[in-house]
Amino acid sequence: MTGPGSATDPADVTRPGGLAGGTAAEVDLALPAEEGGGRGREVVRRLRRSPSAVLGLVLVGLFVLVGVFAPLLAPYSPTFVDLTDIRPGDFPGPSREHLLGVDNLGRDVFSRILYGARYSLVIGVVSVLIGASAGTVLGLLAGAFGGWVDGVVMRLVDIMLAVPSLLAAIGIAALLGRSLTSVMIAIGVVNVPIFARLLRGAMLSQRESDYALAATSLGVKRWRVTLQHVFPNSLAPVIVQGTLALATAIIDAAGLAFLGLGAQDPRIPEWGRMLADAQLYLASEPLLALWPGLAIMISVLGFYLFGEALREALDPKLRR
Amino acid sequence: MLRFAVRRLLLLVPILLGLSVLVFLFVRALPGGPETALLGERATPERLAEVRETYGLNRPLPQQYLTYMGNVLQGDLGVSPTTRQPVRDEIARRFPATIELATTAVVFAVGVGIPLGFVAARRPGSWVDNASTVGSLLGISIPVFALGYLLKYVFAVKLGWLPSSGRESPTSFADHPTGFYVLDGLLTGNPSASWDALKHLVLPGIALGTIPLAFITRITRAAVLEVSNEDYVRTAEAKGLERSVVSRRHVLRNAMLPVTTVIGLQTGLLLSGAVLTESVFAFNGMGSFLASAVFDRDYAVLQGGVLFLAVVFVLVNLLVDLAYGVIDPRVRTR
Amino acid sequence: MRMHLRRRGLVAVGLAGVMALTACGGSDDSGTGASGDGEAGGTLVFGASADPVTLDPAYVSDGESLRVIRQVFEGLVTTEEGGTEVVPALAEEWENSEDGLEWTFSLRDGVTFHDGEPFDAEAVCANFDRWYGFTGLQQSSSVSYYYQTVFGGYENNESEDLSDPLYESCTAQDETTAVIRLTSPSASFLTGLTLPSFSIASPKALEEGNADQVSGNADEPRFEGTFGQEPVGTGPFEFESWEVGNRLVLSRFEDYWGEPAKLERLVFRPIAEGPARAQALQAGEIQAYDGVDPADVERLRGEGFEILERPAFNVGYIGFNVDVAPLDNLQIRQAIAHAINREALLQANYPEGSEVATQFMPPELFGHADDVPTYDYDPDRARQLIAESGVSNPTLDFWYPTDVTRPYMPDPAANFQAMQADLEAVGFTVNPNSAPWRPDYLAAAQAGSAPVHLLGWNGDFADPDNFVGTFFRTKQPAWGTLPDEIYTQLEEARTEADLDRRAELYQAANRAIMEFLPGVPYVHNKSFLVTAEGVSGLVPSPVSNEVFQNVTVSG
Repeated sequence: MTGPGSATDPADVTRPGGLAGGTAAEVDLALPAEEGGGRGREVVRRLRRSPSAVLGLVLVGLFVLVGVFAPLLAPYSPTFVDLTDIRPGDFPGPSREHLLGVDNLGRDVFSRILYGARYSLVIGVVSVLIGASAGTVLGLLAGAFGGWVDGVVMRLVDIMLAVPSLLAAIGIAALLGRSLTSVMIAIGVVNVPIFARLLRGAMLSQRESDYALAATSLGVKRWRVTLQHVFPNSLAPVIVQGTLALATAIIDAAGLAFLGLGAQDPRIPEWGRMLADAQLYLASEPLLALWPGLAIMISVLGFYLFGEALREALDPKLRR
Repeated sequence: MLRFAVRRLLLLVPILLGLSVLVFLFVRALPGGPETALLGERATPERLAEVRETYGLNRPLPQQYLTYMGNVLQGDLGVSPTTRQPVRDEIARRFPATIELATTAVVFAVGVGIPLGFVAARRPGSWVDNASTVGSLLGISIPVFALGYLLKYVFAVKLGWLPSSGRESPTSFADHPTGFYVLDGLLTGNPSASWDALKHLVLPGIALGTIPLAFITRITRAAVLEVSNEDYVRTAEAKGLERSVVSRRHVLRNAMLPVTTVIGLQTGLLLSGAVLTESVFAFNGMGSFLASAVFDRDYAVLQGGVLFLAVVFVLVNLLVDLAYGVIDPRVRTR
Repeated sequence: MRMHLRRRGLVAVGLAGVMALTACGGSDDSGTGASGDGEAGGTLVFGASADPVTLDPAYVSDGESLRVIRQVFEGLVTTEEGGTEVVPALAEEWENSEDGLEWTFSLRDGVTFHDGEPFDAEAVCANFDRWYGFTGLQQSSSVSYYYQTVFGGYENNESEDLSDPLYESCTAQDETTAVIRLTSPSASFLTGLTLPSFSIASPKALEEGNADQVSGNADEPRFEGTFGQEPVGTGPFEFESWEVGNRLVLSRFEDYWGEPAKLERLVFRPIAEGPARAQALQAGEIQAYDGVDPADVERLRGEGFEILERPAFNVGYIGFNVDVAPLDNLQIRQAIAHAINREALLQANYPEGSEVATQFMPPELFGHADDVPTYDYDPDRARQLIAESGVSNPTLDFWYPTDVTRPYMPDPAANFQAMQADLEAVGFTVNPNSAPWRPDYLAAAQAGSAPVHLLGWNGDFADPDNFVGTFFRTKQPAWGTLPDEIYTQLEEARTEADLDRRAELYQAANRAIMEFLPGVPYVHNKSFLVTAEGVSGLVPSPVSNEVFQNVTVSG
């Protein structure tokens, strides 16, 4: 529950990731270390059996491949302008030369969509890395030290969570100026409290686990137990949340682009921006809005399905 | 239960204090400081000095903070330079809009999501189940503003069934004593005004409610499936109880716990979605108001509005927690 | 400079026309244009692109404020419906003295303000004296831009940049005769008075509404009084209510001196985005709007909406700050001009009927020169010029605005990207910079910190000074330092009395300007209004002087 100060309550379920939604990654899904190599195999086996995991992985893989190899795949430069056949409100539609037609500047939409995967990939990964790493540090501090450190960190997290996240992201992005970097920082920052709270919760429950208690009773130093056993074993929910946060980061970046916060260079084929730009020609060329919209949906769906499947695969409760 | 509520309420105090400090410092961290925020970027030195004097900006920060909080506690949030109205009045005018919108979204999400998830779970593999699975996946992955445009294009522009923007028809001259337009129509004995306001809520409500709907459907389905596999349910069915009775008495009730959690979480998130939804539908609420305050650099509105929303936000969360306590007695005993 | 004025109109009557008119007074009725055949009554909802800034006519220059002000207020004179000729409004006739210094206006009898106060010569003089007596921030060109354009300065000029006032005094000879004395003869005075800024407001309401209280700063003035929110004039519609962001409501003024308005209510609903306005029109929520996107013109026409067209009395240009390298280099500026494919841009992004600009003023205006140096699209020539310039790897900080469409640039980002592609094709490096139109973009452009920027201008007057004069008559940070010759030529042209000589001077100035090339003008564009079926009586005006007096709605 998002109720502040309630992280130790059993009712405390971590907040779903991201601005527009996301899902609750439960805190108690870390697997004990004893399973060792068997754990990874078990997870892979379970993932392979789940059709949604496979679909998710295929979509994510496709997205990453397209992003990485866009220059090789794209038939045209995404920024090549050709106004020859453009008339107000009338742009050539899909054809053999231009699979998805051209936009208001005569640029090849297909190439722009392919290149757009690059930007979404970078925005998603970087912002999630920012959010996850800063959140992990905070969560680790809180979870490892407990006491007043925990109190301070968790109050900070509560405060950050008290501002609607898209609004916070808009504020940060507007303050830092229009650039993709500020978008990534803004989305990263609003993800920080989510990761911090998640990791802390997982560490608390790990610390209560048998092996941790056993290690402590055997005389292993507390910090050693924390760093070598409790922390690594608490990372599973962070990884799951990271995958899900990638999905929401892509949606959020699109939302910010829609509100006019994004790259300075209007040529950058960022999907959210393409979608926002296409609104101007929605009535006459609705397909222009369809393609980036579909691209966003497909990539978000991929990360979402994969993240969900990953969570289920890692969930010890579901092992039967 | 009361002790639980009081304890949770007390825990809000440090959070709100911390937030007020954060917002206070945010405005002071801006290039040029709060006097620039008040006057704009190219104010004359004389005017700046004047404002510093009037607003006590040359006093030590802690003292300034106390003055500011003193004003806030008295309900004085300053005056918006953009609209030239007291921020408090602006909030009072726009907040009801967002509440109406969020309520519509929640009603839509819960009203459709729980029955859908329930039916899907009780008939796994049926077309209802498959459709709800696919639908909720799509609902989760579509950007809310894209969905908003799609709804608007189809239902307002092409079909002409519903209005495309605003809270009431521009030719309606109904009175608005409370600012809740649907309610106002009923209070003033003008049901057609209520009907008009309701029609304006449908499309934005659906756009905003779709993500919560997707999550609620999924969680309901999962929870009902899990409960259905519990021994007591199987026992109940085995001993010949009517399936519908089992559904009502055992399954639904026990499945509501995680569902309530998700409803609560999603309600909090609605405020974020409202920023985009309100922008798409030119719906004059808090979300679009604060978003444009960011772009207009209207710091008076930003400062007051964010603080206000945060209070609402944590109170909503508190209510959800309390509701949780009602459903699950274990929570409040700890 | 106030280039962000939405759709200011022109007064396309030449000076000769003004002179001819001064002696003859006018006919009785200013509104003799097409009147609707629908029933009286009903409500029309007009889709505006924004809320007005304020409704005090003296303080505004943006189109959305002026649009509302034109319904609520009237001036002494106005332009004929659908045209540009000066016709009577609150003054029935007027006369100019031999020496050209004294203007005697005979006022309409039996006119009352919306607050019941009588309209008389005292009221006229109170308004003129109010403008003349502006102090402090009121003297900023962002507040009283039009007053400065017509009258130059104030009773006590607080800045050296202001010129001597043209206005001297106003005397109420009797109830219906107001005599205005000028400090020098002026041919543009009467034409200037057609601007809505010179509307006569109720002196009592001005006083009670604290209309003269202005705070803030020049970039973002704040009008503290209530007059701007509850305006009181003599127009066919009176103010009813205004909810920022939602709607502004006017209602028919029953005691109007002329034929009362047909509509019972006129509602302005702000909808920022062009596509959203189009949707609201199609969904039937609004019955008319201004600023139709070029992409929507043919489509809306095809769906049975009526498109009303205004002539292209504006200019869109790429502005340079010539003090900043590499723009201080003439060959670089010429290379830019040769690199841009203006024809292709217009064909792709502008409606039919828009014209490629060769200079900073539209061809309809006297002083337009046919023999200015031109810079045709010629990438090879551009490359050659860059090579000759000696600038290696020339880099341009190119600015474009966001969140805005202008009559001269319907989609600024598209213009920018097309130009960027053209420039890069000949070897320029282009750094894109963007900012929201108001206040950041305009502030950057006007301060000269946007070395290459997209801007434009909508004409207010059929006077060249309103185009090239505003840009280049005095040194401005936006453009940097131009040759002195241009400044002096334009100043001389402005004060020249002889029309033919004046035209020649402006032609010479235009040649000099295009020789020096402080920017690249590229378009004169049309703008469009649209109305739904059943709406009639709305007549597009070349000066955007559209009064809804005779508009009717049916169904």
